Amino acid sequence: MNALRRIVYATGIIAICAWVLVPIYFIALGAFGGRGGVFAWPKTGLPDRVLLGAMQRFLEIEGVWEAALNSVIAAGLCMLLSIALGAPAGYALARFRFRGANLYRLLILMTRAFPLAILALPLTVSFIRIGLYDTPYGVALIHTALALPFAALITSSLFVGIPRELEEAAWIFGCTRWQAFLKVVLPLALPGIAATAIFAFVISWNEVFAASILTVRERTLTAYLLKILSESPLHYRFAGGLLLIVPSVVFIFAVRKYLFAMWGIANR
Amino acid sequence: MADIQIERVRKDFGAVRALDEITLHVADGEFVALLGPSGCGKTTLLRIVAGLETRTAGRIVIGGRDLSDVPTRNRGLAMVFQNYAVFPHMTVYENIAFGLRMQGADTTRVQAQVKRAAELLHIEMLLDRYPAKLSGGQRQRVAVARALAVEPPVLLMDEPLSNLDALLRLEMRADLKAILQEAGTTTIYVTHDQTEAMGLADRIAVMHGGRIVQFDTPMAVYGRPQSTFVGGFVGSPPMNFIKVDVTGGQAKLGALSLPAPVASGSVLAGIRAEDFALVERDKGLPFNVLVVEPLGSHALMTGRVADQIIRVVAPPDTAHAAGTEIGLAPVQQRIVWMDAGSGTALGRSA
Repeated sequence: MNALRRIVYATGIIAICAWVLVPIYFIALGAFGGRGGVFAWPKTGLPDRVLLGAMQRFLEIEGVWEAALNSVIAAGLCMLLSIALGAPAGYALARFRFRGANLYRLLILMTRAFPLAILALPLTVSFIRIGLYDTPYGVALIHTALALPFAALITSSLFVGIPRELEEAAWIFGCTRWQAFLKVVLPLALPGIAATAIFAFVISWNEVFAASILTVRERTLTAYLLKILSESPLHYRFAGGLLLIVPSVVFIFAVRKYLFAMWGIANR
Repeated sequence: MADIQIERVRKDFGAVRALDEITLHVADGEFVALLGPSGCGKTTLLRIVAGLETRTAGRIVIGGRDLSDVPTRNRGLAMVFQNYAVFPHMTVYENIAFGLRMQGADTTRVQAQVKRAAELLHIEMLLDRYPAKLSGGQRQRVAVARALAVEPPVLLMDEPLSNLDALLRLEMRADLKAILQEAGTTTIYVTHDQTEAMGLADRIAVMHGGRIVQFDTPMAVYGRPQSTFVGGFVGSPPMNFIKVDVTGGQAKLGALSLPAPVASGSVLAGIRAEDFALVERDKGLPFNVLVVEPLGSHALMTGRVADQIIRVVAPPDTAHAAGTEIGLAPVQQRIVWMDAGSGTALGRSA
């Protein structure tokens, strides 16, 4: 019985890993295998030879670097805004008992229930009107809206994990609320807040739909690639795809233990 | 140094009244324990004194200053929390120095005070460490040192020993008493452990259901409880309450006849387990021994008087075996007579 359970457990783990890793691996094969590698069938375990040509050519495509810069601006802004707005909301959820706290928590998640596709047209119109259309700043705003729920909920669980008495002790010994936050809560929450920031960055970095709709020339990397790569040979598309995936995977891997905290799996 | 005046403090949580017009005066330099079962409001009262909890009505006056609406940071108090609340991202030194730094003390004073507080609590060798590397007892000492380093006029302690194991608690209790006696700090100490309250406090305020039911010295609370609740809560084993009938001002306890404070009717005779002399069966109150627990320093006998279960403490060598029936002669002047209906003290028998 125990052995059976272990087998089921291991199978589950392998299946989930394969579900994520196999596509990434195929993308990598396509990116480094050259034109032949993409169409070769059956797939070999390792490519016969590693060709960096596609990757190199891809990086030389006109506009890739500008698009990457736009992505960094949008993701960076999204990260800052998500923390600046999400952390106080998380703190309030963690520390204050107020009427409708649970409803508020639910509403935060509900913001994700609106399909972006429905919001796209009115947003485009408003953005044109206020001059945010076709700028990375407009994209950053939309991405902040996407990342904010997570930022609020993750930081809330971070602050819950910091005993209230630590803050109270700080007040007792002469701190204002704000001083107590800066001297006691913030240092303890900082690693988790940094993780939340990176998570917001990744959300923005990966997002393509809103970015494609809200920009024409000032595209973010994902939106730009979507446009140009649809007319490119397959191995370029794989090169572009891999380049997009890698930063997010590395970032998420680096901060995984803090993200688990959000789901209540572990707090340490 | 300062006295604490708690005046008619009330606290409602919604429809629930947590504190009902509490009035309490703690003299300058006095150590007062707030003792009561969980949910009696003792921690709420302490937190109101600290300003960590809002009050519904009443005043808090410390050292002649009305602090009712003064924010916590300006009340000039120190507090020790139940879970220590030692800052995990600071060294022991920085923890102890925290209050002084917030006061803007200069470096020499910070150094001197931290050194003094650390020596007082015997934690000089831990100053460079982080709290994560300390045991529970050591963290507790850091918390107390942090509180004493600011030389507070008033020290508040919220069940500071309840997270320590029994042996450590005993040791820390004695240390705490010595340290606070020397410092002469006015202290309010919240606890649900009656031994702690008895051992440490100058006076004990016994709380029950949001009220102070008795406020007196430990010996008076122990020996002259004002209600069956106090008698039952303070002391281990709890006080025995034997229901007796009174006729003509005389209470009949088996072969004994004792003067009672009422003329007739039914009263409760509150008698501590150690306030019995063991006599022959027909010379006292008949006591049917059910269980004998030899506890080393004494033996605890549980048995039946009429149809009531009572406990009697006897010297270890004089305990009788289970199943025997003996007589009990209560020490007359230590009997506390209680009203059988309301459970409040009636005054002492002559």
